[in-house]
Amino acid sequence: MVTLSDVRPVEERAWFKTEQRKNVFHFVVGGDWTLPEAPRLDPKLRALDLSKATEAEIDGRGLEKLDSAGAWLLLRTKRALEGAGANVRSFVIPENYGPLFGTLEREHNAPPTREPVDQPFLYRLGRGFMETMSQGYQMLGYLGRVTVETVQTIGPQKKLRWKAFIHQVEETGINALPIVGLLSFLIGVVLAYQGADQLRRFGAEIFTINLLGVSILREVGGLITAIIIAGRSGSAFTAQIGTMRVNEEIDAMQTIGLNTVDVLVIPRVAGLVVALPFLTFYADVMAMLGGAMMCYFDLGITFPVFLRQLQGAITMETFLVGMVKAPVFAFVIALVGCFEGLKVERNAESVGRLTTRSVVESVFFVIVIDAGFSVMFSILGI
Amino acid sequence: MKLSEPGQTNDASDDAVISAQGVVNGFGNRIIHDHIDFEVRRGEVMGVVGGSGSGKSVLLRTIIGLNRPREGSIKVFGQTVDDADNTSMRALQMRWGVLFQEGALFSSQTIAENIQVPLREYTQMSQSLMNEIASLKLSMVGLPEDTAWKYPSELSGGMKKRAGLARALALDPELLFLDEPTAGLDPISASNFDVLLRDLQKSLGLTVFMVTHDIDTLRATTDRIAVLVDKKIKIGTIAELRKDDNPWIKEYFSGTRGRAALDS
Repeated sequence: MVTLSDVRPVEERAWFKTEQRKNVFHFVVGGDWTLPEAPRLDPKLRALDLSKATEAEIDGRGLEKLDSAGAWLLLRTKRALEGAGANVRSFVIPENYGPLFGTLEREHNAPPTREPVDQPFLYRLGRGFMETMSQGYQMLGYLGRVTVETVQTIGPQKKLRWKAFIHQVEETGINALPIVGLLSFLIGVVLAYQGADQLRRFGAEIFTINLLGVSILREVGGLITAIIIAGRSGSAFTAQIGTMRVNEEIDAMQTIGLNTVDVLVIPRVAGLVVALPFLTFYADVMAMLGGAMMCYFDLGITFPVFLRQLQGAITMETFLVGMVKAPVFAFVIALVGCFEGLKVERNAESVGRLTTRSVVESVFFVIVIDAGFSVMFSILGI
Repeated sequence: MKLSEPGQTNDASDDAVISAQGVVNGFGNRIIHDHIDFEVRRGEVMGVVGGSGSGKSVLLRTIIGLNRPREGSIKVFGQTVDDADNTSMRALQMRWGVLFQEGALFSSQTIAENIQVPLREYTQMSQSLMNEIASLKLSMVGLPEDTAWKYPSELSGGMKKRAGLARALALDPELLFLDEPTAGLDPISASNFDVLLRDLQKSLGLTVFMVTHDIDTLRATTDRIAVLVDKKIKIGTIAELRKDDNPWIKEYFSGTRGRAALDS
């Protein structure tokens, strides 16, 4: 690795001499007092014993090079002498470095401020709690606002922005088909393989199909799709809206009189609410295909047999229980994505931070809501 | 035509810090720079002006190696920029400082940490010396001490620029690139910036390459001015350029704003 001293060859390195004659402290410096030399000079200068001096003379006539780092070290030593009660009665440096030294001496007079210390643990805990609560409160308010405006959009007064809506359906739905399809297919394969492995011990291989049908249609298909979309589209919403926030585009919209919820949030929410059920259906089909393939290769169950068994295993209800959750997941993912995007501050770092948070929050909510549905269905006996 | 005689590589022999030969830049079919040649001499402040889209920032980016020219070559301190290997590029980067238009401060770090990034990368200083130097650089660019512990998002646009300049000056570079340093500053800050730049240039013996639109800054700080016009470059002092026949240059220096700034 290159360091500074390799590029700025220093024939005569920086040096200094000190001499105490009676009460006069002589400080003679010379050579290249430059940045590459500073790390070497710094500890030696700090270690100087200045306590006995009452008069001091600084002689810098031997200086060949001086940059601001070197000038600072010189200035610091001079101030340390003065601070120790010495009277600096002469101070000589080559004429051409006068302006640099003068500028520093004039401009830099405050001692370096200390870094603010970290707050105690309890303070941070309390603060974190208050922030979480206020985040929840804000989100509730935002949920209300989006709900009211969505109702208005569907109602007679306003019209949905169709172009933006169609674009969102394409972006979040159609463009997600390959990845959702592939992953669901693989999940089907894995589930079938694991199920077959266990059930074979009881000679109940054929029930692998029941296992597949119920678990995929009720839970896995919808959950996997929602989680993929939270990572894919929820994060995109936050990043898109957040970047617009950084560029002041959101402010510009508001001054023109456009309603940001109307323009940015509702097309995204509506688009995803429409797209996610279709994606979930598609994921169900792909996962069943994956399972069917595995059943054929692993258990020798042919496709017609697979379908006949599946028909006996599941009902319309099983399918609908999975599907009914999709719009709710979609609503939450889009809502969280847009909400975090609108909270971005005017710096690039907050885009990244809030995008991460948006994905974590929406996956969290998806799973919590899924659990809620399970409890509800079991109470209802479905 | 390339200059490749032996002995050309050493920068100690001549006083050209930057020298460009036959540089061509463009996007797609559009040519922005058509075989331009120029030199920046050691210790001078050169201003670069030109209409919007005339390629001022592109030229700056080409010199510092962020943009590869289609043809021609640029030498900085005698080192050709576009075929420099990692080691010689790092050697170059240590000797220059760059101030980007919006300051380009690292948003996840405090201002003090921003200034210390080059120090940490290229030297083995103790943390206390780095803190002292960061605070010194801040006072050199006229920012209050407590700025050191703030994050870039807490600063105004003008303060960000000053902090960016402090970072550019961290290694005491010999060559300073400034991209529109006074754009977006109020007139008082802008003229303080001019004084600051002149002071630093005198004290540190800097060579400065500055893209700017600000005719007051040009008058107050520059030794020579490079005008990018009709895909070519024209260099001269203000007095020389005011006599030029090119309509754009005429308009620039003799329009109402130009006259008001130059004749005052």
